[in-house]
Amino acid sequence: MLELRKDIFADERDDNLKEIGKGTQRQDMLGHVTGTSTYFDDHKLQGMLHMKVLRSQHAHARLRRIDTAEAERSQGVRRIIRGADVPRNLNTLLSLINFGKDDEPSLAVDKVRYKGEPIVAIVADSPREAHEAMAKVRVDYEPLPAVFDVEDALKPGAPVVNEVYPKNTFIYHDVYDHQKLRFGDADRALAGADHVLEQRYQMSPIEHAPTETNGSIAAPDTNGRYVVYTSTQALFFSLDTSAKILDVPSNTFHFVGGTVGGGFGGKVDTLTEPLCILGAMLTGRPVRYVLGREEEMQFGSPRGAERIYLKDGVMRDGRIIARKVRAYFDSGAYTRLSSYAVVKCVAHLPGPYTIPNVHGDVYCVFTNRTPATAMRGFGVTAMDFAIECQMDKLAHLVGMDPMEFRILNAYRDGDMKAHRREAKNCALIECVQVAAEKSKWTLREEFRRMSSRKDGGGGRAAIPATPGETRPRPTAPAQQRTAYDRSLAAPLNEPPREPPPPPPSPPQPAAPSHGATRFSSVFGTRRR
Amino acid sequence: MPVIVKSFTNAGEAAAALSSEREARYLGGGTLVMRALNEGDISISTIVRATDAAMTRIDATGSRVTIGASVTFARILAERDLAFLHAPARSIGGPAVRNMGTVGGNLFAPIPYGDFTVALLALDATVAIQGSFGGRDMPLDEFLQARERQGGALVLSVSFPRIAGESFRYRKVARIQPKGGSVITLAAHLPVSSGRIAGARVALGSMAPVPTRARAVERALEGRALDAATIAAAAAAATEGTSPGDNALASAWYRREIVGVHLRRLLSGQE
Amino acid sequence: MSKIPLQFRHNGREVAIFVDGGTNLLVALRELIGDMTPKFGCGQGGCGACSVLIDGALHLSCLTLAETVAGRSVETLDGIKQGPQLHPLQRAFMENFAAQCGYCTPGMLMAAKALLDRNPQPSRAEVVEAISGNICRCTGYEPIINAVLAAASGGRASA
Ligand SMILES: Cc1cc2nc3c(=O)[nH]c(=O)nc-3n(C[C@H](O)[C@H](O)[C@H](O)COP(=O)(O)OP(=O)(O)OC[C@H]3O[C@@H](n4cnc5c(N)ncnc54)[C@H](O)[C@@H]3O)c2cc1C
Ligand code: FES
Ligand code: FES
Repeated sequence: MLELRKDIFADERDDNLKEIGKGTQRQDMLGHVTGTSTYFDDHKLQGMLHMKVLRSQHAHARLRRIDTAEAERSQGVRRIIRGADVPRNLNTLLSLINFGKDDEPSLAVDKVRYKGEPIVAIVADSPREAHEAMAKVRVDYEPLPAVFDVEDALKPGAPVVNEVYPKNTFIYHDVYDHQKLRFGDADRALAGADHVLEQRYQMSPIEHAPTETNGSIAAPDTNGRYVVYTSTQALFFSLDTSAKILDVPSNTFHFVGGTVGGGFGGKVDTLTEPLCILGAMLTGRPVRYVLGREEEMQFGSPRGAERIYLKDGVMRDGRIIARKVRAYFDSGAYTRLSSYAVVKCVAHLPGPYTIPNVHGDVYCVFTNRTPATAMRGFGVTAMDFAIECQMDKLAHLVGMDPMEFRILNAYRDGDMKAHRREAKNCALIECVQVAAEKSKWTLREEFRRMSSRKDGGGGRAAIPATPGETRPRPTAPAQQRTAYDRSLAAPLNEPPREPPPPPPSPPQPAAPSHGATRFSSVFGTRRR
Repeated sequence: MPVIVKSFTNAGEAAAALSSEREARYLGGGTLVMRALNEGDISISTIVRATDAAMTRIDATGSRVTIGASVTFARILAERDLAFLHAPARSIGGPAVRNMGTVGGNLFAPIPYGDFTVALLALDATVAIQGSFGGRDMPLDEFLQARERQGGALVLSVSFPRIAGESFRYRKVARIQPKGGSVITLAAHLPVSSGRIAGARVALGSMAPVPTRARAVERALEGRALDAATIAAAAAAATEGTSPGDNALASAWYRREIVGVHLRRLLSGQE
Repeated sequence: MSKIPLQFRHNGREVAIFVDGGTNLLVALRELIGDMTPKFGCGQGGCGACSVLIDGALHLSCLTLAETVAGRSVETLDGIKQGPQLHPLQRAFMENFAAQCGYCTPGMLMAAKALLDRNPQPSRAEVVEAISGNICRCTGYEPIINAVLAAASGGRASA
């Protein structure tokens, strides 16, 4: 059962709240238990047609010829849609925020790059008739060597998966083939460590498997627009993506969504809407395009696989003094959101621990697998799995209790993170202490008394000399404080701090502080 | 083209309809046929049904037990006389699948399915078939070996000699409990006469393309007391003559590794 | 024409429709009758979102050939309310937070009803078994199992 530990950090919180900390009924619960919540597929439209998509049977092949002549004549077929019918048949999801190059067609034209890639869409009176027509489409494939392993994909002479990125890596800011993190001198620290542990971790792709599969229904509306019922988790993102691919202003569409039958990140890729709407545009009729379960598993994008190498230096007393990370994210055949996952991952290194020397290189790699996408903490979850496995092994190596080992190395308020930001509102120590208590795991008194609020900062706030740095780093982080910071929320315990020193001249032009730009601060400069 | 459905109240007529058309498929409980249709299997153009009462009959009173092909697993579970078959029946699907899936359909169910058939194989079952040339009985073993060529024949029932319940053992290894496809399935009928096994029959599922007898295991058991040495010898022979495949639930290698372990547990009566 | 006439009881009401050969009961209920409470999650029997009761027994409507329910009684989530009153299971699901996205909920409730109709005071293990053909990807099964048990004991208390 849920237990809120309000005794911890009690002085930092106003507990006089109406909702937080109390059980509140979901507003959609009555609809759920009566079966009246309306999902996208619960719309029955007059004269609705059904769309099915012919998918690649090969992981990598040239398409020599696609012959739909016989399928066109098949009973019940209203329209066959090919790549040439898609107004802008190349897109990348994050192009909406000017990030990355268009690299993915809605329908494959000259090449297929993963098994399950859409080639031809068929709109027919019934699903059965669409399937019958599908069997009559002739695709002449010329199979190409495929690459399924991230490190193989980076070797010289590896098959080029996606010609937009000929090195099989995503290119950041038109220059960099990976994301780097440098803090201190990890190599030197490793040389002086009492123990060094290097390990390899491999994650599998994970399918979200929402109980409702991806799908949409698109129909001409009464006002010349199109109404689109969709399973999307990202309504306006899907709307804008569809508008871009179909090359129409976004006010052409009225997207209706909101009630999603499970998403977990697997319904942000706009997998069905553009073709479904195009079907409605080309036939003038409502069109329904719903993935079957096998399609959802094969074609629906999973959480990407990641391969992670960790090399850590640890001292006999349990302090981690260096962490070197090399990781490869398997983006599959197209970028989707993996480029962003890599950025998130690097921003998360080296995990919630104060380590004075951190070195990270993370690559977004293209292979002939189903394109990966968002899933619950993507970019971070798999890395955390690797890091926490590693933490157990390191604790073992130095003969320490694994919980105490984590407490010893955890961020404390005022510590310097590898990104040169001060750690604030830390709570890992308290979490470990409560976890130990709950699992009746004995911690030594000294560790039970440790606190995120004690012993941080000072020497731990220093930014070490980092080889290869061109610009001297400021000693204090240039960052805003907000009212949610612990230091301001507890005025009685602490004298007010000095205002932070004025930031040194910023490396980039000052940017307004709305959401989009904060997002861009992750990515660096924006075009536009 | 929509599917054509032909329903018959008489099994003979259904059999005739079935054998007259190559693209016709018999519909039992439909748990596999409807699934194929839903996935867009356009090779099924005609569905044949039979509502013949004879096919839903269970006769467990005589020296032979006869179960109609249309009997569902839920019906088996409701039948006290068939208590020894409750474990295999309960190991299939969730409650809805047990309310729908039939004994006849299970004979055709591909890996990872066909658990009930593994049990029937260990019971030395016979299959009653109605084909275009009239009816005949066929040992289940033989039926399964030629299963791919049985298209067009209608199974009316299965039957097997009545047994003492405690001589029958069944074990299904699945990754998901209480429901899940079989990693491997094991069934054994071990009649004991004056302390020795006489007429051992052991069947394995998911260890070959169709459920198969483990003849080497049977030989290791035959004429012996079911003691530790016998069990060890049987377990050591578990992979002999098997040809498991890889699927999403397990690899062939894994199946070979574990089949002896689970056979040992089955024989020594461990949970 | 190849349409097949089909008549059955739907939540206590006689209905008559015409279906194409091969149509499954899920499509018949949703597209021809307009009862959207059973959901499509797989069409393969794997998820249970389409669960309905046929003559009181739990069935997967996606794997049921529509014609096979001729003359029989089909009950869906749309039929379990008692007038304006929620069914005890519906109330218990609400009170126990037994749904998140709600997509599995119609099937879960029908599987639970099939159990309680025949076994009003099930054990926890019996509840687990009864919903074992129903997948919930969001909520976790604990709240669902608790809800079914709560509905069972609630029923006893009020009886
Ligand atoms: C979610 C789910 C879980 C499942 N779990 C299991 C499991 O754990 N173990 C297991 O063994 N199976 C399982 N199955 C598979 C299946 O339900 C069973 O094997 C069942 O016994 C099949 O019977 P049916 O009557 O539904 O077959 P149908 O779908 O009606 O038919 C299957 C095949 O057999 C043929 N056939 C059926 N009856 C006859 C007959 N009398 N004569 C000639 N041919 C016939 C059909 O033409 C068809 O080719 C599962 C299925 C699903 C959907
Ligand atoms: S839709 Fe019927 S079981 Fe999933
Ligand atoms: S609540 Fe989403 S699947 Fe159960």
